[in-house]
Amino acid sequence: MKEFLLVYRADYKTMPKGSPEEMQAITQRWMNWVAGIAAQGKLADRGNRLMSSGQVLKSDGLVSDGPYTEIKESILGYSLVKATSMDEATALADGCPILSFGGNVEIREINAL
Amino acid sequence: MQQDELIPHLFRREYSKIIAVLYHSYKLKNLEIAEDIASETFLKATEVWGIKGVPDNPTAWLYTVAKNKVRDYFKHNAVSEKQLKEVAKQNGFETEKDVEFSNQNIADSQLAMIFSVCDPDNPAESQVCLALQILCGFSVEEIANAFLTNIETIKKRLYRARINLRNGNFNIGALSKTQIEARLNSVLKTVYLLFNEGYFSKTNNRMIRKELCSEALRLGAILTENVLTNMPSTNALLALMCFQSSRLNARTNEEGEAILFEDQDRRLWDDELIQKGNHYLINAYYGDEVSKYHLEATIAYWHTTPANKNKWQHILQLYNQLILIEYSPVTALNRAFAFARVYGSEKAITEAEKLKLNNNTQYLSLLGYLYSTVDVGKSISYYQQAIALTKSQMEIHTLTKEIKKLTKEKSQH
Repeated sequence: MKEFLLVYRADYKTMPKGSPEEMQAITQRWMNWVAGIAAQGKLADRGNRLMSSGQVLKSDGLVSDGPYTEIKESILGYSLVKATSMDEATALADGCPILSFGGNVEIREINAL
Repeated sequence: MQQDELIPHLFRREYSKIIAVLYHSYKLKNLEIAEDIASETFLKATEVWGIKGVPDNPTAWLYTVAKNKVRDYFKHNAVSEKQLKEVAKQNGFETEKDVEFSNQNIADSQLAMIFSVCDPDNPAESQVCLALQILCGFSVEEIANAFLTNIETIKKRLYRARINLRNGNFNIGALSKTQIEARLNSVLKTVYLLFNEGYFSKTNNRMIRKELCSEALRLGAILTENVLTNMPSTNALLALMCFQSSRLNARTNEEGEAILFEDQDRRLWDDELIQKGNHYLINAYYGDEVSKYHLEATIAYWHTTPANKNKWQHILQLYNQLILIEYSPVTALNRAFAFARVYGSEKAITEAEKLKLNNNTQYLSLLGYLYSTVDVGKSISYYQQAIALTKSQMEIHTLTKEIKKLTKEKSQH
C-alpha cells in the first residue's frame, strides 16, 4: 500500500455559510465521506482543516500576510489515504464534499524520506 | 438450591476470590499453590457436605478451611515460622493475623489479580482464557465449550499465558497510580473481549453466554468500585455491557436463533440493566475523554431508545467517529447498516460494496439484506454465498429462512 496526500482546495467565498443546522449537515457530509474511507481500512490520517489566515516567508526574508481568503484556490485542509495506485487514490477522493462547493482535491503520492 | 447446583455455583463465585486473597496476602511464589489450596478446599467441601450436609454459612466455612490449608502448606513445606514472618514482614503482612477474607480485602485482592492477569503481552485469545480461569473460576472444559474448541487448545493457550504471568513479576503491593493507569487500557480490553465472547459467542448454549457476560459485568463493577480504576472509560465500558446485556433474553429465541434487533420483543429487555447503563454512561461523560467504549456505549444507548427522527443519524455519526478511532470489519459493517437506515438501501449498497469483505459472512448477509428491497435475485445470491461460507448451523438456518421468504415473494409477483 502506498500513501497519498489529499489536498482540499476551494475559494473561501464560495464556501457555504448557513444556519447552524445547515453547517451541521455539511459536517455530517464530511464525516460520512471520510468515515467511508476509514471503513475501507484506507484512511492513514484523518488530517485537519486549516485556518484561513497565515504568512508566507520568502527567500529575501520578506514575510507577507494572508489572508488566503482572497485566493481562488486556497488550501482548506488535507488527509492521508492508503491505496495501491494513483487511480485507486483518486477514486477514494470521489464524493468529497469540497467538490460540490466548486472546489477540488489534489491527489499526490507520498515520496517517503 | 439443590446441593449439586450449589457447589458449582459457589465454586464459580468463591474460587477466584480465594485464589486472589491467598496469592496477594502471602505473595505465594506460584499462582499454582493458591490454586491448589483453593481446589483442595472445594474438594473437602464436596466430601464433608456430602456426608454432613451444607453448613449454614458455606462461604465462611470455605474461608476457614482455606486458611487452615494455608497454614498446613507452610508447615509441610518446611518454611520455618521465622522465614515466613520475614517474608510476610517485607510485604507488610502480619502472620499472626490469619488471611483476612473481609469484603475490602477480597475486593482489593481481586482488583490486583485482574491487573496481574491482564497482561498486554499475551495474545487476546489467551488473555481471555486466562481471565476466565483465574478471575472467573471456569474449568478448562467450560472454557473449551465457550470457545467451541477442544481442551488441548485451551490448555496450550493457558500454558503460554501463564508463563508471562510468572515472568511478569507484577508486584501487587506496589501497585502505583501510574502503573494502574498504564495498564488500565489492557484490563478494559480484556473485560471487553470477555464480554464479547459471551455476547457474540460461537456456542449456542445460552447459559454459558450469559455467564460470560455477567462475569464481565462483575469485573467491570469491581473496577468502578476503586477510586484508582474508576475512570470515564471504565464507566463507559460498564455502560456498554449493561445496555447490551439488557437485550440478552430478547436477541435469541429458545432454539438459540438470532433475532434481528427490529424483531425483538421489547418486553424482554431488562429495564434494570438499562437504568444501570444510563447511570454509568452519565458517569462516563465526566471529563473530556471519548474512548471507543464511550462511542459504543452511546450507540447502545440509542438502541434502547424508541424510534425517533434523528436516531439513526446519531447512530451513524457515532459509527463514523468509531471507525475513525479504530478500524474493524464489524464496525465498518454496522456503519453500513446505519447508513442504510439514514440514506436508504440503494445508497448503502454503493457504500457497502466498497468494503469488499468478500470472505466475511456478515458482509455477504448484509448485502443480501440491503438488496432484498432492491434486487431480489442479487439478494438471494448474496445470502447463498454467505451460507456457503459460514460454519454456523444457526446462521445457515436463519439465512435459509430468509431465502425461502424472498423466493416466495418473488413467485407472488
